[in-house]
Amino acid sequence: MVTLTAADTTTANTKSESATSVDLADSPVRDLNQALHHAEDGQSWTVENPGGKHSLAVGINADVTVTIEGHTGYYAAGMHQKGDVTINGNAGVGLAENIMSGRVHVKGDASQSAAATGHGGLVVIDGNAGARCGISMKGVDIVVGGNIGHMSAFMAQAGRLVVCGDAGDALGDSIYEARIYVKGTVASLGADCIEKPMKLEHLDELGGLLAAAGRADNPADFKRYGSARNLYHFSVHNSTSY
Amino acid sequence: MTIISLPQDSALPAAQDRPQDIAELGLRESATFDRATIADIQRAAATGVYDIRGWGAKRKVPHFDDLLFLGASMSRYPLEGYREKCDTDVVLGDRHASRPLHLQTPVTIAGMSFGALSANAKEALGRGASEVGTSTTTGDGGMTPEERGQSKHLVYQYLPSRYGMNPDDLRKADAIEIVLGQGAKPGGGGMLLGQKITERVAGMRTLPVGIDQRSASRHPDWTGPDDLEIKIGELREITDWKTPIYVKIGASRPYYDTALAVKSGADVVVVDGMQGGTAATQQVFIENVGIPTLAAIPQAVQALQELGVHRKVQLIVSGGIRTGADVAKAMALGADAVAIGTAALIALGDNDPRYAAEYAALGSAAGFYDDFQDGRDPAGITTQDPELSSRLDPVAAGKRLANYLRVLTMEAQTIARACGKSHLHNLEPEDLVALTIEASAMARVPLAGTSWIPGAM
Repeated sequence: MVTLTAADTTTANTKSESATSVDLADSPVRDLNQALHHAEDGQSWTVENPGGKHSLAVGINADVTVTIEGHTGYYAAGMHQKGDVTINGNAGVGLAENIMSGRVHVKGDASQSAAATGHGGLVVIDGNAGARCGISMKGVDIVVGGNIGHMSAFMAQAGRLVVCGDAGDALGDSIYEARIYVKGTVASLGADCIEKPMKLEHLDELGGLLAAAGRADNPADFKRYGSARNLYHFSVHNSTSY
Repeated sequence: MTIISLPQDSALPAAQDRPQDIAELGLRESATFDRATIADIQRAAATGVYDIRGWGAKRKVPHFDDLLFLGASMSRYPLEGYREKCDTDVVLGDRHASRPLHLQTPVTIAGMSFGALSANAKEALGRGASEVGTSTTTGDGGMTPEERGQSKHLVYQYLPSRYGMNPDDLRKADAIEIVLGQGAKPGGGGMLLGQKITERVAGMRTLPVGIDQRSASRHPDWTGPDDLEIKIGELREITDWKTPIYVKIGASRPYYDTALAVKSGADVVVVDGMQGGTAATQQVFIENVGIPTLAAIPQAVQALQELGVHRKVQLIVSGGIRTGADVAKAMALGADAVAIGTAALIALGDNDPRYAAEYAALGSAAGFYDDFQDGRDPAGITTQDPELSSRLDPVAAGKRLANYLRVLTMEAQTIARACGKSHLHNLEPEDLVALTIEASAMARVPLAGTSWIPGAM
């Protein structure tokens, strides 16, 4: 185990009385993760010099607050549960993949497959997200301040994807019951994904998501997309749809 | 079986008393357009969709049947069959994981999902496997409490769909198997038709009830071996480097895939040949993609040997394992363990002749039934129907599986002792010869009675 030092006892964080600081220039990722796996609810952690390392703060299973001061590599906050992770930088591939609950917030951009297969919780990306954002999402909520890349929400099963910028090609291809809200333009929709009317309930839902992400966008400026449900069953007539 | 007397021609009934043989009428079946092929064309023309079915490849391919053991004689020393020890245990995953599996028999149960199989069938697999100290494996649909509860050693599959994937179950798993493909359909994703997507199955997979589920064939958050290495690193970090990580590949290019799995950091490589089963796949896929198990093993072993990790990164082979002889042959070719799927289901009660009338009503027959996708299995195994499922007693079925696993193990020991081996792992290619040129070339053992291995340098 790494020697973890209580660096700042007067942290502004209200959840705990002290924050534990880990400098990844000095200690290995494995020690950080193992320590986080033994963390207790209410604790606060700061990670310095992440240096784009992979698998940072993965498998968190407690109501802790983790702040990463810099860029992360692949799978930051992977399989996240309960806690709150903030990345003051950009995130690599597979940010918060398979997140179950809690919250992950990236202040910069995120690479491909952000929040892939996420089952719950909230992922907020202030900047842009790359291709396959929300691929196979299963209940997670994702709010992207900028644009998202192609094949986003591919086979999205459940949850909500909010895009305050533009969406790339083949948005929502083979989508199931997830809902997508896009403020800007959509380059193209994928198979079985269609625009759907914005009803009051959707404006309410979207307003809640934007508020949770700390954004001031007007829900009325967004369009909603979802499944036409035409490909839910095998049919010979669909053979040219994909 | 004891043969009392050989049948004489005179003992056969006269020609007029026998059922008419088609050939005797002068009818000649086309080898190219045989009756099954004709029926396939007629079915396609009538429905406009391809045939989807369960089971693995049914075509005849070079297999373990084409190999023989040499046994000990003058130059090799046999072990006493009932007196001298022949060990069967195997350790899986000790390359990087701090908690490797230690199994009492090298015959494991392959991944089969709750959804494809009934909850009773999954429980029976867990019971049977646990009774003999081996592992069972989840499938494309998550881990059920019944399965976890009844399985002493449970391997948790990590599939492209990630249905039901969650860190709590991941931490409960005794091993993690990252699935890149399966022998029945290398390059294909999972499939479960609407008849089997009940409320419970749909809930576990976060899908609408009753839809035709077609899973992804590629993982959503990594591409290629360089990414896989990082993915394995993540799973190790989440499980604190305790849990062994397997990589399962469908046999197509096993030499390269095995090498890349090792390079990516796998503890165990699972290679599934084309005879490996499936719950639902297009027939054209099952029969025409992938290579036979026999051809895959030497390629995988060669990759492990060249990297200096044979026996350090363990190799599990599946696809068409039926007898202890098959187990012994796979291990002699270099496998550390095997996995059974189809054979395990048969041991539970699949294709049992006592359901002959019901198979007939489904347009099939005991020994031929492969419509696992329809969910109407009379034996209660490949179904989600409560009435059909209740026919399978998980305790009795588990006993049958345990019996069968013991027979496989004892049969393999019988052969190993005859070859003078005090552990199944001591079986080696030198113990084998091939009956056909094809098997000789694939298995890389000499044609019986010769020193010739086609293609060997």
